[in-house]
Amino acid sequence: MKVSLFVACLTDLFAPDVGMAVVTSLEHFGCEVDFPTAQTCCGQPAFNNGFPADARALAVRMLDVFRHADYIVTPSGSCCAMIRAHYPELFHDDPSLHDRAIGFAARCYEYVEFLTKVLKVDLTGLTLPADEKFTYHFTCHLRTLGASGAPAINLIKQLGGSQFAAMEKADQCCGFGGTFAIKYTDISGAMVNDKVQCGQATGADTMIVNDGGCAMNIAGACHRQGASIHVRHIAQIISSAIEHSAAQGAADGAATGAPGSAAKGAGNGATSVPS
Amino acid sequence: MTSGITDSPPGRTRVSLPVFRTDFMADAHEASSDTQLQAAMDNSVTKKDMSRKIALAELPDADALRELAGQIKRHTLDHLDYYLELLEENITRQGGHVHYAMDSTQANRLIVEIAQRTGSKLVVKSKSMVSEETELNDALTEAGIEPLETDLGEFILQVDHDHPTHLVMPVVHKNAAEIGHIFARYFKTEFTDNPQALAEMARVHLRHRFDQADLGVSGVNFAIAETGSVVVCCNEGNGRMCVSRPRIHVALMGMEKLIPSLDDLPVFLKLLARSASGQSLTQYSSIVSGSRRPGELDGPEEFHLIVMDNGRSRILAGEYRDTLRCIRCGACLNSCPIYRKVGGRTYGSVYPGPIGALLTPLFNGLEEHKHLPHASSLCGACFEACPVKIDIPKFLIMLRGDQVQRKITPLAERLIFRMWSWALCHGWTYRLSQIAQKIGMRALRGKDGWIRKLPPPANGWTMQRDFPAPAKQDFRQVYKQYRADQRRKESR
Repeated sequence: MKVSLFVACLTDLFAPDVGMAVVTSLEHFGCEVDFPTAQTCCGQPAFNNGFPADARALAVRMLDVFRHADYIVTPSGSCCAMIRAHYPELFHDDPSLHDRAIGFAARCYEYVEFLTKVLKVDLTGLTLPADEKFTYHFTCHLRTLGASGAPAINLIKQLGGSQFAAMEKADQCCGFGGTFAIKYTDISGAMVNDKVQCGQATGADTMIVNDGGCAMNIAGACHRQGASIHVRHIAQIISSAIEHSAAQGAADGAATGAPGSAAKGAGNGATSVPS
Repeated sequence: MTSGITDSPPGRTRVSLPVFRTDFMADAHEASSDTQLQAAMDNSVTKKDMSRKIALAELPDADALRELAGQIKRHTLDHLDYYLELLEENITRQGGHVHYAMDSTQANRLIVEIAQRTGSKLVVKSKSMVSEETELNDALTEAGIEPLETDLGEFILQVDHDHPTHLVMPVVHKNAAEIGHIFARYFKTEFTDNPQALAEMARVHLRHRFDQADLGVSGVNFAIAETGSVVVCCNEGNGRMCVSRPRIHVALMGMEKLIPSLDDLPVFLKLLARSASGQSLTQYSSIVSGSRRPGELDGPEEFHLIVMDNGRSRILAGEYRDTLRCIRCGACLNSCPIYRKVGGRTYGSVYPGPIGALLTPLFNGLEEHKHLPHASSLCGACFEACPVKIDIPKFLIMLRGDQVQRKITPLAERLIFRMWSWALCHGWTYRLSQIAQKIGMRALRGKDGWIRKLPPPANGWTMQRDFPAPAKQDFRQVYKQYRADQRRKESR
């Protein structure tokens, strides 16, 4: 299966590890990944701030850059929501671009969505390098995508050595909101402090945050406060489990990780045959 | 289509809503660091949001019901002229009187005139946001008529000369101790913060005053065009007292509060109570159709309905029509992380929270309340909560766009976005800006790789949290290396 990575600006500059974790995990699950280097930004900041014409120019660029892609996968949930929910409406007055936007939206997936809806991965064969307790922040883009946090939480629970504790106010926005965090720093600060407090209260080692902006915001607040909880993208967690299990597998001579084989009856001994 | 926002000639702003506060940033700052307010919000607002979710989940298909409610509202708004005429016809047929008010001044004058003509000295009021919009209490007082709020929360606020900060929990910003002090002063009794005791004090006081009132003013949750009825929902019973006990009943409504028929009512009653407070139904839902008929035991001698525009027809004519679907349930407030932090006062006018952030600029003009459309992270919780599916984030973005169009957005910001999007439309400029950011920000980082202080205009970020310095190698570079290593391995 051919997958084109849309890494998104924040991940590109601030979290290359997340981008690489997406690449290596998708490859592990049998995908052929390419990275169209002409990609820049989806236009979300311009769109959200009331500059639809500028957002449109960037959207056209995106349509061109990814015109040949079968699937477009991105670790940034909010960019995916931008493409899926707002690209078609940006071109409501241009039938040909509108059609292309709809086609693009249909091929564009957020990372967890892609793993669970398209690849239908089963992670029960994978083990984390060390026991780790997780909690999960419901990133707001999931509302736009019409998704819940359940798929990501289920994936995490499948990993050997993982523990999960739900967080209070998990679905309350972390206060990022792009320029909102800078312009309305008092409000945004109160929101992110609330988030850190709720995360800390779970006693988890790691808060799963599947969006570049939210992650930057929450991690920045954790660091400022000296909080013990870490912020990670789910791709980083999965790829670390893949690496660890592969190393163990090499040692034990056993295979791990299961692509395409759906959940039913997959049990523990997951296979590694690519679909 | 026009935008539907006030077009005010220079120097003359047409303001439809009263403005209580004007310094959004200062109020937001104060509120977000007010620990007592934050505690009150967590205890009431956040909990009500959870109750709403539970109550809606009890319905077989809550989403379909919300969709239906939204469709009914849209249909009604699309044919508002027809349904208003139908409503008038049916109310008149039942002996009621319908009056139209262009704005809040006219609405208040109509009520004062009815009170004066009927010799009314005391007016009892049930909870009504639209009467907050017209500042009816002030108008009555000026005319020498005593207004009395009978909803417990509104009564507390009236006694304390304060304004509601929530659409359905008006006194959410005060805790029991504060209310205890207010009552101790007002009733000249000993202080108590026992909620039951406080409610009992108000109940005894109000019960006796209902008997003295000549005129009752209510709001209107829904007006049913087909039957010529108004529906008043409340939990304390005071609403029913106001519409049945006094000789005269005046109902005041915004002109958008219509539904076509009685068959539509259950859709809204189911959603209103669940969305507002997680109840399956409000305790009292009174359907009032005209005045008392011969042989009937209760009901007023005269029934008047005042239908007020006050800027609504302008919004109706523009692209913000769907905002008029609002049934004032307060679900968007309860779900809103911003409202939870800043409280209702910060929104500056009558309607707080996400719906207020839309309505206030729409009613009063974008210049007056330029922060409101921006003080949102666009998280979408309000849209998800709205029982009539008003896409609040979409409309906030549209308001931002209107601000850009009208050059209300500062020139510097407009230039930055222009340059930014131009740079991102070209591969080389994108790359150049990435490299520049990398160099600039890495120079600012501390030993731990984090930036503690960013320069303006980004300093807002580091006032509250640290900023990560970009990695030495960005993704593009790491990826390129990864592929090169792979090729090397394969060729070996």
